[in-house]
Amino acid sequence: MATVTAPPPPAPAGASRPPGLGSRRPARADQAFRLLSLASGLLVLVVLALIAIASTGRALPAFRHEGLSFIFSRDWNPGADKFGALAFIYGTMVTSVIAIVLGVPVSIGIALVLTELAPRRIRTPIVYVLDLLAAVPSVVFGLWGLAVLAPKLDHRYGQVNDVVRHIPVLNTLFGGGEHNGTSIFTAGLILALMIIPIVTSLTREVFATVPIAQKEAALALGATRWEMIRGSVLPFGRSGVVGAVMLGLGRAMGETIAVALLIGSNAQITGHLFRSGDSMAAVIANQFNESTGLFQAALVGLGVLLFGITIVVNLAARAVLNRSERRLGGAL
Amino acid sequence: MLRSSTLLRIAAPVLVVTTLGAACSSSKSSTPATTPASSAAPTRTSAPVSGTLNGSGSTFQQAYDQVAIQNFDQAHSGVTINYQGKGSGGGQTDLSNQVVDFAGSDVAETAAQLPANKGGAILYFPTILGPITVSYNVSSVKGLKLSAPTIAKIFSRKITNWNDPAIAADGNAGLPSLPITVVHRSDASGTTANFTAYLKAADPTDWTLGSSKTVNWAADTEAGNGNTGVANDIKAKSGAIGYVDFSDAKATGLSWAMVKNAAGDFVNAGLAGASAAAADATVTANLTYNPINASGAQDYPITSPTYIITYAKYADAGKVALLQAFLKYILGPQGQGAAQGVDFAGLPPTLDQKALTQVDQITVG
Repeated sequence: MATVTAPPPPAPAGASRPPGLGSRRPARADQAFRLLSLASGLLVLVVLALIAIASTGRALPAFRHEGLSFIFSRDWNPGADKFGALAFIYGTMVTSVIAIVLGVPVSIGIALVLTELAPRRIRTPIVYVLDLLAAVPSVVFGLWGLAVLAPKLDHRYGQVNDVVRHIPVLNTLFGGGEHNGTSIFTAGLILALMIIPIVTSLTREVFATVPIAQKEAALALGATRWEMIRGSVLPFGRSGVVGAVMLGLGRAMGETIAVALLIGSNAQITGHLFRSGDSMAAVIANQFNESTGLFQAALVGLGVLLFGITIVVNLAARAVLNRSERRLGGAL
Repeated sequence: MLRSSTLLRIAAPVLVVTTLGAACSSSKSSTPATTPASSAAPTRTSAPVSGTLNGSGSTFQQAYDQVAIQNFDQAHSGVTINYQGKGSGGGQTDLSNQVVDFAGSDVAETAAQLPANKGGAILYFPTILGPITVSYNVSSVKGLKLSAPTIAKIFSRKITNWNDPAIAADGNAGLPSLPITVVHRSDASGTTANFTAYLKAADPTDWTLGSSKTVNWAADTEAGNGNTGVANDIKAKSGAIGYVDFSDAKATGLSWAMVKNAAGDFVNAGLAGASAAAADATVTANLTYNPINASGAQDYPITSPTYIITYAKYADAGKVALLQAFLKYILGPQGQGAAQGVDFAGLPPTLDQKALTQVDQITVG
């Protein structure tokens, strides 16, 4: 590394060097730059550590009070000093999974259109609109969902309810009679919309790096366009797509205000996706202002838990990425 | 090195900035806080006070506080009072950390919280009170009457249709066959605490979810954010029922039920019933009181009290004078009269007098 960043050997006086630059200046600037970037890098770690330490400290009374039942109990009742977060963990997980299941195929589709199919004339406006979608504040998504989407969906949910009533698995997921406009599924749907821009743009960049030679080779062997995509674009981009999905998952799990508005705020664990639930981030947003003492400690504890789960998800993503990269490395 | 209060220390300046930010939008005519007392409002008859007061807390009393602050500002130049509505719990936390000078709260602090108050002993000043309506959306039913057991059963989903015999037994006719949708608060709220406190007090056998700022509602209920969120949800769905504070229910144009009180009379949610309930409530030594499920025949049983909490001692004499003047305005005839304009009830005279007397207990120290 030192050899890479070392200053160039002292050149014979000035011909190629721009005027006004002393001979020792670049070395010092390099060093200053290196220190500065090192400090910035470390700052991230320090801030992260401080957040973890401070919030864990604030949450400690709740952890002591509840023990393991903080994670394994579903009884959240601040009036009786009961703080079991299982229903919220469940809500966070399920809404995020719905977001991934609905959002990722669409994102990959858009990315493929942009890199492989669409002419430039169409590509530019699509990219532009996607960027706009990414710039919409989450509270706007939430309010739109609440005011426009939820009332319409409530009616549709009722129709779906009736259709799947006698189909075993579907009845568990989409049936059960009761349905709410603000529900686990509505929250997941909005989350899907919110992660599409980021997943698409990352996926698109990965697909854009597929070597032309590889694609042309596939086409030369007589592959159709779809076979070319399946045979060379998708395998090449797999690890990148997994990474993009994991980033999307992280965003979905941490999303607060849109979910708080749309999930229905009910501390329950249900397989019925059209019923209301609650997520960790939404509970913090909804209840923090009225909390004191142990109640507040428990809410901070939820934050710590969310923090921990996000780290686990990211580590898992990294492991998956490493494995798929190694496998690909062997194949290529 | 890192103690548990680190987060608060980081958060404190942010909160101050937020409060000041909120101030900029509300105090349009205020001059800088540094105006010396001698030059302030020479033509006014009221005592010359100046400076800045910051408060935060209950959103329930915010609409009233805004009006009171505006009127007080107009009568006293050189005065800036800010109030940030962020919830009773948030206000109590701010006060205990001395981020604000006073807190608005619908509930008294618990014994466990008191030692955390960095400024020492605190005082409660009851200011106004408001009824909580049981609002509903059934267009064919006017003047619905409900007793406590019926409300408890509806909100715990033991009664799920408007044509249930129990609702008719409360003296209602022409009830349609329409499923009931229960709407509650999605955020933790003093309104929820007071509503559930009423159910717990009036019918402990049918109401088993306890009383708290947030309770474990039945799975098939809906939630709205804030009083306005619940009110809008009720308005949007035929067959819906929920609890909404009086001023928001009125502003949204909802219908609300007459509720049977402890004396056995059906009383309409309104300011007279709320004041009557407060007059019948037992007031404790620190001026907190509980008007819920009060015993008188005129009392509306679901009535929420609200307080301004201050410290007993402040280091700054100017602050003490300003705080006293502000509280005397709120508890005086003008301040109490202004409550009705925003659909809150004034205090009954005896309680008002006790609170006024207590104002002088705020001292420099």
